[in-house]
Amino acid sequence: MVCDRPVVGVIDYRTGNSQSVRYALNSLGVPNRLLTSPADLDGIGRVILPGVGAAGTTMQYLSEAGWPEALRTRVVDGDMPFLGICVGLQILFETSEEQQATCLGWIPGTVRAFDGANVRVPQMGWNQVHRASTHPFLAGLPDEGHFYFVNSYYAEPADPADTAATTVHGVRFTSAVARGNIMATQFHTEKSGPLGLDLLERFAKTPQEELCPR
Amino acid sequence: MPAMTTGNLTTRLIACFDVVEGRVTKARRFEDNIDVGDAAEIATSVYADGIDEIIFYDILASAQRRQADLLTIRAVAEQVFVPLTVGGGIRSLEDMHAVLDAGAEKISLDSMAVRNPEIIAQGSAEFGRQCIVQSMQVKRVPVHPEIPSGYEVFIDGARQATGMDAVAWARRGEELGAGEICVNSIDQDGTHHGYDLEITRAIAEAVNLPVIASGGAGSAEHAAVAFTKAGASAAIVSSLLYSPRMERTVPVGEIKAELAKRYGLPVRLV
Repeated sequence: MVCDRPVVGVIDYRTGNSQSVRYALNSLGVPNRLLTSPADLDGIGRVILPGVGAAGTTMQYLSEAGWPEALRTRVVDGDMPFLGICVGLQILFETSEEQQATCLGWIPGTVRAFDGANVRVPQMGWNQVHRASTHPFLAGLPDEGHFYFVNSYYAEPADPADTAATTVHGVRFTSAVARGNIMATQFHTEKSGPLGLDLLERFAKTPQEELCPR
Repeated sequence: MPAMTTGNLTTRLIACFDVVEGRVTKARRFEDNIDVGDAAEIATSVYADGIDEIIFYDILASAQRRQADLLTIRAVAEQVFVPLTVGGGIRSLEDMHAVLDAGAEKISLDSMAVRNPEIIAQGSAEFGRQCIVQSMQVKRVPVHPEIPSGYEVFIDGARQATGMDAVAWARRGEELGAGEICVNSIDQDGTHHGYDLEITRAIAEAVNLPVIASGGAGSAEHAAVAFTKAGASAAIVSSLLYSPRMERTVPVGEIKAELAKRYGLPVRLV
């Protein structure tokens, strides 16, 4: 069998849960590799930045390994499809209230803490995700679908057009982001049961011209 | 006054595996573990039925002073695409990295956190608060000045009393950086008589973290009252799903259907 599917690289930066993402990709039959440094990007067609860490710590580890520059070249200046998960969504913005982190700044906006006066924090559990844009990444998403969240912070994009989906936890917040070839989910797609696997499959297998509108 | 609301989140049903050498076992009051089956097989089966989360305790790792069973954790994580929490034998950040690398999302700290509370703070700083579950074994005792809640924390498989008040320890855990608190009732464990609602509620009111009710579930109704009367965000339903001591085990989907239909609780259906 000729395999012409893009190889998906999963960035390993010490505090991410990269293995969980790889197990999910394996179950979907998606060719994938663990990336421990930017040199591993050769031959990679799409890239996933998973995350369970804190924003500041995550940025520190990524910077030490040279990821911000390497990813900017491929994803922002280039057209490599990118999927950020959880903290991998949050660090796309300019700053985060978590550890007062300066983040990648690919998408204008900030990351704020949930207000514990209204709801339990962290948000931990299954919540509904509502589509908010026409970006193809979330096409076919059932509107009442539940996905697994574990977060104390949430992103606030400066441009509402970058919000691909919203969820309510005390406030209505941005639970998915999509801008061209940059996609990200606050929920853990790799741990959201069959619906989450559907999204990962969509990211990994949809032809690029269909997945990433210019 | 901390918020009692979990917002729009569904109620969560968690299968908790007490694992010995790759096999799930089931105890009663933390003793007399009997064999249930292969951990990866049971995990796959409850995942297909719609379990919301799995907790994996390597119950001998701590006593044997070794790391948690990474091969079994991995075998479970490869087949189950809901969150996996691992506990047992975790003494350091390196141990935490090892179980997260094997495919876990969360770390459960219990006896080790009592011995060295700073490990909660260290784990929280490294991986974020949401990654650290403070798990505690609690037992009803006479109220006295050191134990004002009437519930004492025990460690080492419920064998060792600590002199610590359960509610005070939960508050301390929240301050140190825990992201979730699992309240295991030693008295109710494996009895199928229902959760200890009193201590679950006392802790849910004392902290602003999600609280998991654990120990004693014998019916969907038990889970329902843990959510509605005790403020739990999640409930562990191990016996109900697969204990050979139950007259009739119940699939997750059936429990959820009852939670939704009879009690109007939000659930995730698959």
